[in-house]
Amino acid sequence: MFDVQKIYRATSVEDAIRALHRMEGSILISGGSDVLIKIREGKLAGCTLVSINDLQELTGIVMEEDGTIKIGPGETFTRITEHPLIRQHIPVLGHAVDQAGGPQLRNVATIGGNVCNGVTSADSAGALLVLGAQLEITGRDGMRTLPLEQFYKGPGRVDLNRGEILTAIRIPQKDYQGFGGHYIKYAQRAAMDIATLGCAVSLRLEEDRQTIADYRLAFGVAAPTPIRCRKTEAAVMGKPVSSRLLEEIGQLALGEVSPRTSWRASKEFRQRLVCELSGRATAQAVKHAGGETL
Amino acid sequence: MSVGKSISRVDAYEKVTGRAMYTADLERPGTLVARVIRSTIANGVVKRFHLEKALAVPGVVKILTCFDGPEFLFPTAGHPWSTDKSHQDVADRRLLNTRVRVWGDDIGAVIAENEVAAQQALRLIEVEYEEYPPLVTVEQAMAPDATQLHPDFPGNILKQTEFRIGEPSYTQAAEEEGLARISKTYGVQTVQHCHIETAVSIAWMEKGRIVIVSSTQIPHIVRRVIGQATGLSWGKIRVIKPYIGGGFGNKQEVLYEPLNAWLTTQVGGRPVRLELSREEVMACTRVRHAMDITIGMAARPDGTFVARRFEGYSNQGGYASHGHSIIANAANGFRNLYTQEKVVEAQATTVYTNLTSGGAMRGYGIPQLSFAMESAVDDLALQLGMDPLELRLKNAMPEGYVDPGTGITCHVSGLRDCMQRGAEHIGWAKKRAAYQNQTGPLRKGVGMAIFSYKTGVHPISLETASCRMILNQDGTMQLQMGATEIGQGADTVFTQMAAQELELSPEDIHIVSQQDTDVTPFDTGAYASRQTYVSGMALQKTARSLKRRILDYASGLLEKPADTLRLEQGNIRDVQGNDLMALDVLATEAFYSLERPLHITAEESIHCTDNTYAFGACFAEVEVDIPVGKVKVLDIINVHDSGVLINPQLAQAQVHGGMSMGLGYALGEQLLYNDKAVPLNNNLLDYKLPTALDTPELYVDFVETVDPTGPYGNKALGEPPAIPVAPAVRNAVLHATGVAVGSLPLNSQKLVEAFEQAGLLKKAGGENV
Repeated sequence: MFDVQKIYRATSVEDAIRALHRMEGSILISGGSDVLIKIREGKLAGCTLVSINDLQELTGIVMEEDGTIKIGPGETFTRITEHPLIRQHIPVLGHAVDQAGGPQLRNVATIGGNVCNGVTSADSAGALLVLGAQLEITGRDGMRTLPLEQFYKGPGRVDLNRGEILTAIRIPQKDYQGFGGHYIKYAQRAAMDIATLGCAVSLRLEEDRQTIADYRLAFGVAAPTPIRCRKTEAAVMGKPVSSRLLEEIGQLALGEVSPRTSWRASKEFRQRLVCELSGRATAQAVKHAGGETL
Repeated sequence: MSVGKSISRVDAYEKVTGRAMYTADLERPGTLVARVIRSTIANGVVKRFHLEKALAVPGVVKILTCFDGPEFLFPTAGHPWSTDKSHQDVADRRLLNTRVRVWGDDIGAVIAENEVAAQQALRLIEVEYEEYPPLVTVEQAMAPDATQLHPDFPGNILKQTEFRIGEPSYTQAAEEEGLARISKTYGVQTVQHCHIETAVSIAWMEKGRIVIVSSTQIPHIVRRVIGQATGLSWGKIRVIKPYIGGGFGNKQEVLYEPLNAWLTTQVGGRPVRLELSREEVMACTRVRHAMDITIGMAARPDGTFVARRFEGYSNQGGYASHGHSIIANAANGFRNLYTQEKVVEAQATTVYTNLTSGGAMRGYGIPQLSFAMESAVDDLALQLGMDPLELRLKNAMPEGYVDPGTGITCHVSGLRDCMQRGAEHIGWAKKRAAYQNQTGPLRKGVGMAIFSYKTGVHPISLETASCRMILNQDGTMQLQMGATEIGQGADTVFTQMAAQELELSPEDIHIVSQQDTDVTPFDTGAYASRQTYVSGMALQKTARSLKRRILDYASGLLEKPADTLRLEQGNIRDVQGNDLMALDVLATEAFYSLERPLHITAEESIHCTDNTYAFGACFAEVEVDIPVGKVKVLDIINVHDSGVLINPQLAQAQVHGGMSMGLGYALGEQLLYNDKAVPLNNNLLDYKLPTALDTPELYVDFVETVDPTGPYGNKALGEPPAIPVAPAVRNAVLHATGVAVGSLPLNSQKLVEAFEQAGLLKKAGGENV
């Protein structure tokens, strides 16, 4: 039995926005896999909910005319992993969200919820960051777009104003065409776990299939929010793939992360993972981008 | 023949179709919900409650606190009671405690119309405490200035025991020149049972008596403890045990039944459900004791053990529960698995702290011992330059061994065969050689561990059991056991034993799964891997009585001497094997005969005064990813000597479950506390119980000896599978990397730190070796 004061089932995005303004303190719920846990823990006990769980307009995975892949934030992890467009063009995302929780969770949890929850361990975050995801946010006064990277404001805090809803996630063609990617979730278990560290890489090789033409590196749990390592990325572009380079990437990335010590893992251990996993993920991404196995 | 066959579980269809009734299914209309008010400090005294806001929550019926509860002190361990005061469990707690000794201690209860109201009330209750410094470790609790947690236990020492078998002392014997020696401390962590069904009971009153349905392994003991905790006369308490969703020893403990029994008396006998959340079960019931065990061993260059020493400290937590019995069992296990030329000695100490109370958990101290002792054997083998398998074969308990402490005899042993079979499966000799001198980030290794385990609790405690059989009109049988089905398959093996003894088909044996202390014959319950052995003896005795009564009745009907008659395949036969009368015809006649009506039943109880050792070995092959500290189990096998298997497929399933538990103990599980003794990860996300994806293929083999004392030759199997896995995995990691990790679990951060220390890894960012 959940301690919920009231739940309003919105009939459209517009209706949901109105409800959020009308019902003071109300909270948006979609798949519920984060919200229900907080209610059970007492953190959101007695809350008022606005449900967008049934809204068709928030689902769908389509390719727009310019080749942009648009993902409805109401899509579940399972549907994303299984969708032909994702499998063909951005498999790194499908692979990443397939590592969240277990099958039951992935059947209800939505990618929009994962993004808006804003936690540093979110399994979709690293992949979306290296894919240059753009967020479409709709509010009472219309729509705005911003890159995911600018969406994070702090641990569990995102750039979402009262009454605003994430209505689309877009991956531009220039950010996926010709790229190969890989996500490593390092956790204490092979399922039903949160990441000790998440590392996502997406890269494109030159025609020689050896030189890195474009390189993106992102981490979860290496900082208060998911982060991209811009300096490392810049240093890697134009360099030939080698085991030396993989080690360099690890070293460079260390300079951009700020993991902390908690009872779950020490800062030093997470730093080691940053070094080790960035190299491993890059090697795998090179393979996916058509390069040689190192 | 039914024994030895893998018949389907007698409850399989009920369970897989969801028809089997568990405690929650037996809720009655109008049931109230109770929640425990828990202390938010670990050490101190409750001074005052502020209940006004909570009482104002709609739906709250009553709030009771430690200032209202009965004053009786009572024990909670699910041991058979002893009428000898010196053997009784320690009674060191009340239903609701004013003196708080663990975080989450039971200091009150909210009774409400529903769960939400109860939760809302809990959040609104304020409590004032006098707080003392929390005692997290044994060292803190034994420090001279530590607060004393219980008035009768100065220095917070619950109990200390020691023994020495042989001469002279370990220290003197180990001094002999030319011996290899090790002395090392091994640490094992706190873990929890994580049974699927949380602790739950429903209590109400009928005709001035308490009726309580509970998820327990020990209904008859629950009745006794409710009496002791509430002051009610034991006969006024009726405990019903339906199917249960696992216990692993945590339900060999009287957890919340006494509180719930008292709560219903406070609301006019209305039914009250008291169900713990997962978080409460993990923080506030019982755990496997954390221990630090120092093992000393001295051996001759040929590997012969000369002297051995065990010195262990057990972190008891706030309340005695099973208390010192656990580490005492570990010390006894240390004594009996190996022999030595001169002396074996042990000192064991159990210390109260403010952590979650340690209680019974599958293996009862032996998994802790096994990690320490079997790690030490491998560490010694390394020093001797000897194969760990050879070293164990040389020193392990021989057949005919009589334990000098308990008198338990090794009647028959398949231990060496278990080792040989396990070694064959894993490819021991070849891989021990092949994995020498590896380099690089990925390295493989093989490791092993062995164990011995008692069957039941004789002669430490009483072993008694009883059984009832009732002949039906159609020649089938009702079988009622005091022993309990807790998921392990007890109902099925009892059915097979009864079918075997009476030469009936298992379909003709109708076992009554539910225990009800008003009608069920007495048995202390499911624990100590005892039921197939001990309760099986009661079943055999009862079946033989029933058979005799059937034949006596047949003798009268057929006018032939009873000793010329046999009961075979549902027929009364003469010595030549001719069918004289079908059992159903006899049974119907017996029920309705106008001349000699007789209801043919039998009920017997036994006093078991024997015990026997079960054995086994685990062999594991691992691959270690050194830079990130990951251990992948490539292959693992448990080989068991549990005597004759009554149902081989169920036996295999039992081993699978135990191995999974052992792997969790080895690689990930650990209940963590902060320096205030507050649990940090008492939930199944942060507590790393392995998932299906973490579990490799689990191989199982058996060496079937025939035990001369057990019914049909069986020995303990329930607990043993969980014992040898962790040390086998640890020893495989030692073989792979040369790094002798001294504590559990072997989680990634600990391994990386150990690899750094051993020079296998440079600090993060440096070059790897």
